[in-house]
Amino acid sequence: MSVTQRKIVPKPKALNCPSCGSQLELRGMGTAASIACGYCATTIDATNPQLQIIQKFDARFAIQPMIPLGSRGNLKGTVWEVIGFQQRGITVDGANYFWREYVLFNPFKGFRYLSEYNYHWSFVTPMPSLPAMGSRTGRATAQWGYDTFDHFQTAQATTYFVVGEFPWQVKVGEAVSTSDYVAPPKMLSSETTENEVTWSIGEYIAPQEIWSGFKLPNTPPVPVGIFANQPAPGAAAPTKQAPGRPWKFFLAMAAGLFLMMLAFGVMARQEQVFKDTFVFNPAATGEKSLVTKPFELKGGNGNVQIDIDTGLDNSWAYFSMALINEQTGDAVDFGREVGYYHGVDEGESWSEGDRHDDVIIPGIPGGRYYLRIEPDTDPPTPGASAINTRSVTYTVTVTRDVPFYFRYIFGIFLLFIPVIFMGRKSFSGSNFESQRWSESDHGTVPGMLPQSDDDEE
Amino acid sequence: MSQPSAICPNCGAPIVFRWSSAIQTTCEYCKSILVRHDVNLEKVGVVADLPPDISPIQIGTEGVYNNAAFQVIGRIIYSHDVGAWNEWHLMFGNGASGWLSDAQAEYAISFLSQPESPLPPPDQIYRGMEYKQQGVDLWVTTLTEANYEGVEGELPFQYWDKERCRFADLRSRDGRFGTIDYTENPPLLFLGEFVEFESLRLTYLKDFEGWTA
Repeated sequence: MSVTQRKIVPKPKALNCPSCGSQLELRGMGTAASIACGYCATTIDATNPQLQIIQKFDARFAIQPMIPLGSRGNLKGTVWEVIGFQQRGITVDGANYFWREYVLFNPFKGFRYLSEYNYHWSFVTPMPSLPAMGSRTGRATAQWGYDTFDHFQTAQATTYFVVGEFPWQVKVGEAVSTSDYVAPPKMLSSETTENEVTWSIGEYIAPQEIWSGFKLPNTPPVPVGIFANQPAPGAAAPTKQAPGRPWKFFLAMAAGLFLMMLAFGVMARQEQVFKDTFVFNPAATGEKSLVTKPFELKGGNGNVQIDIDTGLDNSWAYFSMALINEQTGDAVDFGREVGYYHGVDEGESWSEGDRHDDVIIPGIPGGRYYLRIEPDTDPPTPGASAINTRSVTYTVTVTRDVPFYFRYIFGIFLLFIPVIFMGRKSFSGSNFESQRWSESDHGTVPGMLPQSDDDEE
Repeated sequence: MSQPSAICPNCGAPIVFRWSSAIQTTCEYCKSILVRHDVNLEKVGVVADLPPDISPIQIGTEGVYNNAAFQVIGRIIYSHDVGAWNEWHLMFGNGASGWLSDAQAEYAISFLSQPESPLPPPDQIYRGMEYKQQGVDLWVTTLTEANYEGVEGELPFQYWDKERCRFADLRSRDGRFGTIDYTENPPLLFLGEFVEFESLRLTYLKDFEGWTA
C-alpha cells in the first residue's frame, strides 16, 4: 500500500466583494455556500466562481456579533472558528423576538452553531437522526434518545441580518418554519423548507464557557428572563430524580437524630437522687427559705431535672431556688412559678395551669449538692391566723441525667428548615417553569390546565 | 489482496489496482478515466478539473469501521444548489466495498444493499414517505437534484458520464441512513449509518492550513 503524501489544503485566497470591493476572507476552507460581506453586508453566492450577488443590504442596519468573525475558541473539546453570523426573528402576536446564530467551523468536524437569545446561549449540533413524534398531556412531543421533548413553539423564522459564511445559502428576508421542543437543558429544533426538514439539538451552555473558550474580553452579559431550555435552578443534572434527593437526605438525618434521641433516652442514667416533701405556710413567721439535705450527683457534666409537685388549688406559688455545690459553693439560681386554677362557668368546667412543674438544668458537674428553696405565694388574708391560712404542700424531686429530648426535637426541627426552604424553592421552581412556558405557544407548563385570567400577576 | 497492474491506454503509465473488483479507475498521470474490460483498459473520458477540495479525506486515507480496517480508493463528487459532497469509495480488508459520504463534514458509511421490496420510482417518491428496509423504519428526508462533478480513483462500477442525478436521502430515528440513487435503472439502494469523525480513526488525512486535526 502506498503511503499517501500529506496534502495540505491551503487557506483559500481572499475574495473581493463584488459589491464594494472589500477583501472577503474565506474562513470555511471553501465549504461555504454563501458569504455576506462584513463591510457592505452584501450576500454573495459562494458556490459560483462568478460570485453572484445574492442580495444587497443596507449596512446601516448591520448588527455587531458578540463573538467576532474569525474568533477561534475551544468548546466541548474541539477548536471552532466563528465564520458566520445571522440574526433571525419571529413575530408572535405582533411582537418581534430576535435571536442570533453563530456558525462554528472545524474542517474535520464540520459545523456547529451557537444561538443566543437575551444572552442565553445554546450549543447546537445538527442531528442526523429523526426524533419520534408523539404527544402527552395533549401536546406534541419529540422523542430522541432517552429524552422526551415537549413542544414549545412553532413559528416562521425570518433572517434579518447576515454576515460571513454559511453552509447553506442565506438571504435576508427568507423565512423557514421552525419548531422547538424542549427537555431542559436540551432543545430539539426542526427547520422545514420545501425540500428538506433538518433537525438539530441544542444544549444550554453557560455564557462563561463561551467567554473563556473564545477568550472574549470582559464578562458575558447576564441572561435576561428564563429561556426555553434553561435548566431550572437546583436541577443540576438533567434528571428528574435530582430534586427528590435532598429531601431524602434530610429525612435520613432526621431519622438518625430520632434514633439517637431514643438511644440516649435508653442510655440516660435517670437516677433519682433526692425527694422530699415540704409545707410552706405564708402566715408563718421567720425565715421562709430552707435548704435540703445534700445529695450526690454522679458522673461528669450532666443535666439535672428538678420536679416540683404541689397541692395548689386555685392559687399559685413561686419557688426561688438555687442548686448549690457543697464543696465549691457554686450556685445555679433559678425560679419556677406554679399555679393551678379551676372552676365551673356557665356549666362548663375549666382549668388553667398545672400543679406540676419541671425544669432541666444542663451542664452540672458531678459532686455533692443541696438545694436552697424560698417559696412565695399569696399573702395571708389580713388577720388570719397561721392555722386557717392555706399552706402550700410541695414535693421536690431531683433526678440526675435525664434524657434531653428537646435537643433532638430541636435538631430535627432545624433539619426541616432547609427542607421547608427547598419546598419553597421547588415552589419557585414551578414558578420558573411557569415563566419558561409563558413564552411558549401554549402559555402553560405541560400537563397544567390553562390559567384563568384573574391568576395573572 | 491482488493488485493487477495494467498500462494506461492513453499515456502508457502503469495503472495499479488496489482493489481487484474495480471496474473503473483514473490514471494518476494523464487523468484519463479508464474502464476495465477483463485485462484491457478503455479510456472513456478525462477527469475534469475537480472543484476545490473541501474534505479532509483523500485517496489513501485509512480508517476503521465496526472493527474493520478500510482504505479510501475512489470517489465521486456531486454538487447541488447549495454545495458539494463526496462519496468516498472504501475498500475493506475482506474485499468488501463501501461508501463514506462526506457532506460538509457530516459523515455516513453505507453499503450497496439489495432492496427487500421494489424501490419507489423517482416520480412517486416524496419527502416524508416512509420506507421500511431490513426491519428499520426509514423516512425520506431530502430529495436532491445533484450534478455529477467528477470521479477519482477506483470504483465498483462505471460512473463517468452522468449529468443530472436524483437522490433520495433516508433517515431513521436511530442514526441509520440510506440513499436511493436514481442514476441507475433499477435504482440502487445504499444503507448504513451516520458516524462521528473521531470514531473512524482516520489516518493519512489532508491538512488544512492553520488547523490541526
